Amino acid sequence: MKTESDHYDVLVAGGGQAGLIAAIVAAEKGARVCLLEGAPRTHRGGNTRHTRNLRPMHIGPLSVLSGTYDEAEYWDDLMRVTKGKTNETLARMTLRQSTEAVDWLEARGVQFQPPLGGTLHLGRTNAFFMGGGKQLLNALYRHADKLGVEVHYDAMVTSVEISEGRFKSLQVGHHTISANAFVAAAGGFEANIEWLKEAWGDIAENFLIRGTPYNRGDLLRMLLDAGARQTGEPNQCHAVAIDGRAPKFDGGICTRVDCVSLGIVVNRNAERFYDEGEDFWPKRYAIWGRLVADQPDQVAHVIIDQKARGAFMPPVFPAVVADTIGELAQKIGLDPATLEKTVADYNAAVQPGKFDHTELDGVHTSGLAVNKTNWARTLDHPPYSAYCLRPGITFTYLGVEVSEKAQMQMADGTESPNIFAAGEIMAGNVLGQGYLAGIGMTIGNVFGRIAGREAADYALNR
Amino acid sequence: MRSTDKTTEAARVMSICNACRYCEGHCAVFQAMELRLEFNSDTLDYLANLCHNCGACYHNCQYAPPHEFQLNVPAAMAELRQENYGVYAWPGFMGKLFANNGLWVSFLSIVVITLFLCGTAILTWDDFFSAHENAFYGVISHDVLAAMFGAVGGFVLLALLVSIVKFWRTMNLPSPFRLDYPRVMQGIKDALSLKYLDGGNGQGCSYPSETPSMARRWFHQMTFWGFMLCFAATSSATVLHYGFDLPAPYRYLSLPKLFGILGGLGLTVGPAGLLILKARADAAPKGKTNKGMDVSFLVLLFLTSLTGLCLMFVRDTQYVGVMLSIHLGVVMTLFLSMPYGKFVHGFYRLIALIVFAVEKNDHKQVVGVCPDKKAA
Repeated sequence: MKTESDHYDVLVAGGGQAGLIAAIVAAEKGARVCLLEGAPRTHRGGNTRHTRNLRPMHIGPLSVLSGTYDEAEYWDDLMRVTKGKTNETLARMTLRQSTEAVDWLEARGVQFQPPLGGTLHLGRTNAFFMGGGKQLLNALYRHADKLGVEVHYDAMVTSVEISEGRFKSLQVGHHTISANAFVAAAGGFEANIEWLKEAWGDIAENFLIRGTPYNRGDLLRMLLDAGARQTGEPNQCHAVAIDGRAPKFDGGICTRVDCVSLGIVVNRNAERFYDEGEDFWPKRYAIWGRLVADQPDQVAHVIIDQKARGAFMPPVFPAVVADTIGELAQKIGLDPATLEKTVADYNAAVQPGKFDHTELDGVHTSGLAVNKTNWARTLDHPPYSAYCLRPGITFTYLGVEVSEKAQMQMADGTESPNIFAAGEIMAGNVLGQGYLAGIGMTIGNVFGRIAGREAADYALNR
Repeated sequence: MRSTDKTTEAARVMSICNACRYCEGHCAVFQAMELRLEFNSDTLDYLANLCHNCGACYHNCQYAPPHEFQLNVPAAMAELRQENYGVYAWPGFMGKLFANNGLWVSFLSIVVITLFLCGTAILTWDDFFSAHENAFYGVISHDVLAAMFGAVGGFVLLALLVSIVKFWRTMNLPSPFRLDYPRVMQGIKDALSLKYLDGGNGQGCSYPSETPSMARRWFHQMTFWGFMLCFAATSSATVLHYGFDLPAPYRYLSLPKLFGILGGLGLTVGPAGLLILKARADAAPKGKTNKGMDVSFLVLLFLTSLTGLCLMFVRDTQYVGVMLSIHLGVVMTLFLSMPYGKFVHGFYRLIALIVFAVEKNDHKQVVGVCPDKKAA
């Protein structure tokens, strides 16, 4: 890699939404900016490539958003998923400033999807990028190019020189670049299995990584080693149950399996282990990754019958299909007798009721060690289908602590004058646990803008 | 139901798209896809002909190469279109002409233009390089022209009509008399406005590059309306000739002339623009097996209008014989290649858009559910 200069006003590490926005804002303020993206051009943008929407607060209809989504409701949603694991000052600031996100992006060429029917039932709380996050990236990279931001691909930071909390320079291979201000936006560490194993133990070997293979957390580790204050726990992450046949990395959204609540889920021993009918999609989607991670070999199988076909999002891999439960068990490597008994016990425990998948219908089983509390229908219409499940990690929450100015906080209580952080590397400040659809992009958007502004002001002595 | 490499790949691609759905805002292909869980060849032919090859879904795809899913919707659809144009061609064996379109159209044009040049040279002999009192009818008489183009035109119409009927049946549409006309009008409107070259929210499609642009839509409109105006010029001239006993040549302020000049200009700028865009466009979303089909059609359209405009200027000079022969040769090649070249896309796309309007209205799939076929 060869940069045009050895010194910049603002140096940004990470070319996802947060880093790009920081680079753009800094360039718009007149700073000379260099953006280092660790991935090759084809895989640029980190996990933003796999995203689809962000969640902005708004009073009244806003651009592609309908109705009102005010601070109180947004705050409640955030509290529900994080159970209070958040920095209230930063979180409330994020919610408030998220209102400008859509306009800000649209003004720089990003296209949003007008509300349609289809799968966009979230048109009130979430603004959907036309075509997905890659479209947002393409538009922002074009805009950054127009502003003269110098972008380098395959530019993974290999070391950072920080002295008394102040950024001096960094290295990409043998090349050293210095800058007045530094924005760290290089993502989390979910693609670093060794690091995941430190938190989860050996079971992390069996995790699938849904996002970019380039989020190895190298920069995060360097910052922590240089004395940054840590926020979040290493085992806190967004983990969902995805198709076990998904690629090890980069499978993205299409690997989801959306029929857990329509059937039963069994582990390697052909036994049920959790209430499949506990709650609606967002909640059950976010919990099943951890549930499957706790099972032997980190594997589970969801089993449905013919009644459920076509009632859920089409999975990317075909189901394993058989005419009897025993045959199905054989095909997916479970003990036929045990699975037959599990299904028979479950069927016998199903109580009568009016099945309605659009609401918590209360149709349940009774008398089982693990009951299903909603949508409990007997499995008796062949052919039967099975999908293999494994834990899929989307992103991690462990990061560096920041101030309202996106300034990195040091473990000794001081704050770094010229290091700023945005995106997944600091998202844990706001989202300490749980998951709220689209809030990762919201945090990246808000803190990207703050980091870019503050870094440019510092670098240009304003 | 047909099963080929192209349908298998298109089905694989659609299955991944159907599980992702990020592109549903872009165009009709993805909304039509969402009504389905499985993709047979009828459905895939429908989706392929709904695809305008705008490239948006490719440039915005998280699974595009080098991702291991190797997802390239526009390419899969383009390659399948080339295959299914052949499938619906009539007579059937002529469908093979789609496989190497550019090559045979090039040969045909050389042969036909040469024949016209030789033919008129032999007919007019010493007068070949002379001006004629009644312009081009002095080179070839109106009756010979009418007979020649009438016969070819008749065959072309028949071949197109049978192909369209075959496609119509596959699309599971009822007879034209039992159609839901508000839906049909919606389909026609979407086709005429090139709605699905708008990128999904009016900013234009990702062609020739990922940057949204209206260029393709405008050039395509100029091509289409240029063609229609040239068609109107010929039709109005026919009416004047037979209906009012007013044979060519016509004055500049006459219907055939006004239609012809405007149309000729549109049909020069449009195809030229599309050819330039095509040359500059990203290679990946275009697919691999087009074999010059688009280019040969655009070149023929361009040459038709260019030679037609030239003919207008030289019709009273000694070059009328040469120019007329070249123009007629190009037009004849265009005619002959119509049922076996890119020209057919207009009909299939229009029908697919009508089906889409019906499906969208009823929120129910129409294509690919024919029970008789499944039994067969």
